[in-house]
Amino acid sequence: MKTIAVAFRYLWSRPLAALLNLLLLTLGLASITFVLLASEQVTRAFQRDLAGIDLVVGAKGSPMQLILSGVFQLDSPPGNILYTDVQALQRMPQVERLIPLAMGDSLRGWRIVGTSQEYLAHYKLSVGQGQTWSRPLEAVLGAQVSSSTGLKPGDSFSGNHGLGASGPEHAQAPYRVTGVLAPCGCVADRLVLTSLQSVWQVHDRPGTAEEPGHKEEKQVSMALISYKSPLSAVSFPRMVNTTTNMQAAAPAVEVSRLMGMLGVGTDVMKGLAGVLLVTAALSVFIALWNAVRERRADLAMLRMLGATPMRVAALLVCEALLLALMASVLGLAAGHLVTGVVGLLLAARQSLPMTGMIWLPQELWIVGAALGVAFVAALIPALSAYRMDVAQLLNSR
Amino acid sequence: MIQTQALHFHYATSPEMFFADLRVPQGGTLLLHGNSGSGKSTWLALAAGMLTPAGGEVTVAGERLSRLSRTRLDHWRARTVGFLPQKLHLSDALTVEGNLALAYFAAGLPEDAGTIARSLRTLGVGDLADRKPTQLSGGQAQRVALARTILMQPKVILADEPTASLDDDAARDGLELLRSCAQQCNATLVIATHDRRVQDTFPDALVYKIGIQPEWARRART
Repeated sequence: MKTIAVAFRYLWSRPLAALLNLLLLTLGLASITFVLLASEQVTRAFQRDLAGIDLVVGAKGSPMQLILSGVFQLDSPPGNILYTDVQALQRMPQVERLIPLAMGDSLRGWRIVGTSQEYLAHYKLSVGQGQTWSRPLEAVLGAQVSSSTGLKPGDSFSGNHGLGASGPEHAQAPYRVTGVLAPCGCVADRLVLTSLQSVWQVHDRPGTAEEPGHKEEKQVSMALISYKSPLSAVSFPRMVNTTTNMQAAAPAVEVSRLMGMLGVGTDVMKGLAGVLLVTAALSVFIALWNAVRERRADLAMLRMLGATPMRVAALLVCEALLLALMASVLGLAAGHLVTGVVGLLLAARQSLPMTGMIWLPQELWIVGAALGVAFVAALIPALSAYRMDVAQLLNSR
Repeated sequence: MIQTQALHFHYATSPEMFFADLRVPQGGTLLLHGNSGSGKSTWLALAAGMLTPAGGEVTVAGERLSRLSRTRLDHWRARTVGFLPQKLHLSDALTVEGNLALAYFAAGLPEDAGTIARSLRTLGVGDLADRKPTQLSGGQAQRVALARTILMQPKVILADEPTASLDDDAARDGLELLRSCAQQCNATLVIATHDRRVQDTFPDALVYKIGIQPEWARRART
């Protein structure tokens, strides 16, 4: 009979205690897995959405809001700026690429963003089905938008005014879907992309355009800028902030500020998961300790039958490791499940992308930590089993 | 064969125990008499290599125990000694069959289901293999424990108070089984007991009354 088989039988000879310990250890490991997966994916999503964007220029207001709305499409834009001002920025020598964004409408809660084709190029987006827009009132759907709304190339829809799902409908200017983007795991999955002209056309009031001598000035929400040289980061934002009535916000600065704030949260969560794990380790220790006390006679019997102290100690360690291994499998599975559920909830709120279907190399450390914890918890009981006085134990009780 | 020479043992909290020099031939029977606490269990533990004597020598089945390392001693015990403790020590966590299989695990040998079944049948408890020890009567439990004792065909069987909790019939049956098992293995049988009934079953046995200061110890004192 192999040590593992015997350890397994002993483990399940007290099913309730074994299950409770398994549950405790699983909870600790699941919460650590969740924290790990969530923080990693948020960081990754932020980095992917941020890549290559050096500056966001928009209306005066909170720079954080500008970044959250312009880059991550989480917040609403602080206001509008004149398209002519944006074009003036584009002509500046420091600017490599400028992508204008015009927001304000939505399709069942998914944002409709008017922009240029350069947005697609910047995020290296490819059109999965159909093709990109070429005329006003043509739109391309992000992968998540398409799967949620069920709209396909060739379908048409009309946007709702405002970023919520409940605004009045722009029924007079319906969009036609020309394409669906391939999933990118970035912000574009959650967007309906179209041209700036479409957004302006939808909001043109029929009456005003006909008035002689009046031409409404075209506006956008903000512009994403990439520099030609990183040196521009020193002077360009200040120039924008002082010489124009627009505001410049550097994503790098704002995001590190944001991560500083969020970081406390993830640290707290990691700490809590750690406390859970320590509790679980303690409970495994207590369980094994009690098991050794309860089973002193059994262990003495094993020694009587000729088992070396090493074999008896190995039996206890094996029992703890079995428990840890089962808890690791269950804990990782539960952690991924919870992350997946949270991902679904976030997707329903059109927020950050998150999935339980990715595996990180750090998760191996979780298994390692679980086995380590179990080993340490088993060590003292194993040592006491190693040292017990067999002859005395055989006759006591 | 069991032979002791100037054997003595010392517990930390009680006076030293001295044991008389003995020689039991292979296949012979030794009855250890004496009041409780006189050292019967200690003598058995010394013969099984579970305690290390303070001095002297035990030779069991040709092996001088003081020459074996602790690990070798454990291996030796697994294969040579069948120990029947007073409290039987069957694990409630396992079935009867699992309890017997544990002997193979302890010895580090591959499990032999055939031998287990045969051993249980020999003792008339073959149909109890799947029961838990808590579901057995006292007599059945003793038969199971005896089946485990003879599993490895030991050269020595050490039994500690085997009749302590049994009525006359069960005690006679148990002792008969013990005798026939020892005969089958040609094992030397040692029974620690203060029960008069045991001597009736083994009229030819060697009897050693523990507790009297042996000759060699008295000589050493003076």
